[in-house]
Amino acid sequence: MKTLPRTFMGYVRPDGSVGVRNHVAIIPTVACVNGVARMVEREVGGAVAIIHGHGCGRAVEIGMHQGALAGIGANPNVAGAVVIGLGCETIDADWVASRIAEKGKPVEVYRVQEHGGSLKTARKAADAARAMVGDLSLLERVECGIDSLVLGLECGGSDAFSGVSANPAVGLVVDWVVDAGGSAILTESTEMIGTAHILARRAHDGETARQVEKVVDDAWRRAQDILGPLAPFVVAPGNMDGGISSISEKSLGCICKAGSRSIQGVYGYGTRPERTGLVIMDGPGYDMESMAGLASAGCQVILFTTGRGTPAGFPVVPVVKVASTSRLFAAMEDDMDVNAGTVLDGEPMEVVAGRIAARMLEIAGGQPSKAETNGMGGIVCLYAVTPSF
Amino acid sequence: MGEKDDLNCIVIHARDNVAVARVDIEAGGAVRPRPGESFPALERIPCGHKVALVGIGMGEPVCKYGEIIGYATVDIAPGALVHTHNLKGDEP
Repeated sequence: MKTLPRTFMGYVRPDGSVGVRNHVAIIPTVACVNGVARMVEREVGGAVAIIHGHGCGRAVEIGMHQGALAGIGANPNVAGAVVIGLGCETIDADWVASRIAEKGKPVEVYRVQEHGGSLKTARKAADAARAMVGDLSLLERVECGIDSLVLGLECGGSDAFSGVSANPAVGLVVDWVVDAGGSAILTESTEMIGTAHILARRAHDGETARQVEKVVDDAWRRAQDILGPLAPFVVAPGNMDGGISSISEKSLGCICKAGSRSIQGVYGYGTRPERTGLVIMDGPGYDMESMAGLASAGCQVILFTTGRGTPAGFPVVPVVKVASTSRLFAAMEDDMDVNAGTVLDGEPMEVVAGRIAARMLEIAGGQPSKAETNGMGGIVCLYAVTPSF
Repeated sequence: MGEKDDLNCIVIHARDNVAVARVDIEAGGAVRPRPGESFPALERIPCGHKVALVGIGMGEPVCKYGEIIGYATVDIAPGALVHTHNLKGDEP
């Protein structure tokens, strides 16, 4: 990795952040108007709809969801946004738009109940999006340092080798980026269970250590509340068969994708970190909700390790799939970006990490990741802990 | 084949007292965790499972990733499989 360039070609945003993509996001503030956002996306090349299932009918999470949608719009990969509201939903479209505008980006708001129904609103929104795509397409990539990167870390469909090959290799990439002044976000609190004391020891101060312990303890309590006596079995799932013997061992295998540097802060789901370096974001283990939180927190790239294999992507953030075994890489070649399974074949960890970093920089510079090529953006899933009403 | 290619298990951290088999190692087969180091497997070590690098006394910590993943519930000899039958993790 020592020989790798520490730069990539990115888009510098008005707030100084750096995007690796130049999307115009079409953001419905409630699922009721998803169809309108889809119409705009179909009609305007370069527009990406943030389709989701939320926006109303909740009390506890409404602020978090509102913040997450605004955060996705504020993500550096988004150059401008068109917010589409219904008019009677709980999420405030103007608030979402204002948070995106704060970053110096162009934003327009249309409400279906105020703009003559779905078709007329879609037409107006499409005109606005088209104009925005035209203006923003003039932006050019310039050379940016890896210190401007905020890496999202995700593992899904893990196997017993994730913690031996893909995760430690990604951990070296994270150390490399953090040492250069960049950032990385470790999340999936449920996958930290059993390692609270280890993560707390890596916290940069006492307050952060207490927050780390609280996030992990809360995750364990939630797992017990939801799963009861089954909690330890579900937290340490079928990979016992693969050779994992304890929850701590499984979780160490997960957290090693965050490398070895000190933890600078702990943040809520979807919250953009104030501090640079390695931080923790509280969030669920479910990949889809986790990735939405990382996108909202401002990650421009998600490094996603997998053992059993998953094609999942995210609409405005390139997801880089790192396979934990050569068998998986061969079996799902169309979905995998890098093979870390070569560690098991004898390739040194540093060499594998170098290949992951090199591919990540190419993708940051504009080459599509496999999930992007395959159109695996999918639906944006947001975290919730209470039922809707 | 260089010496590196002959290593059939991975020591993740220098502090570890177990290694992860990267291929199935048959009972009696050589465990080769590091260059110049070889000792017999006392039993079959399936790919992905852990093998003891040194003797681990009952109650002593088992280390992987340089951290404690649990404690030996019996005396574990070098070359033995380390799994739930002889290792118990802490409750979170």
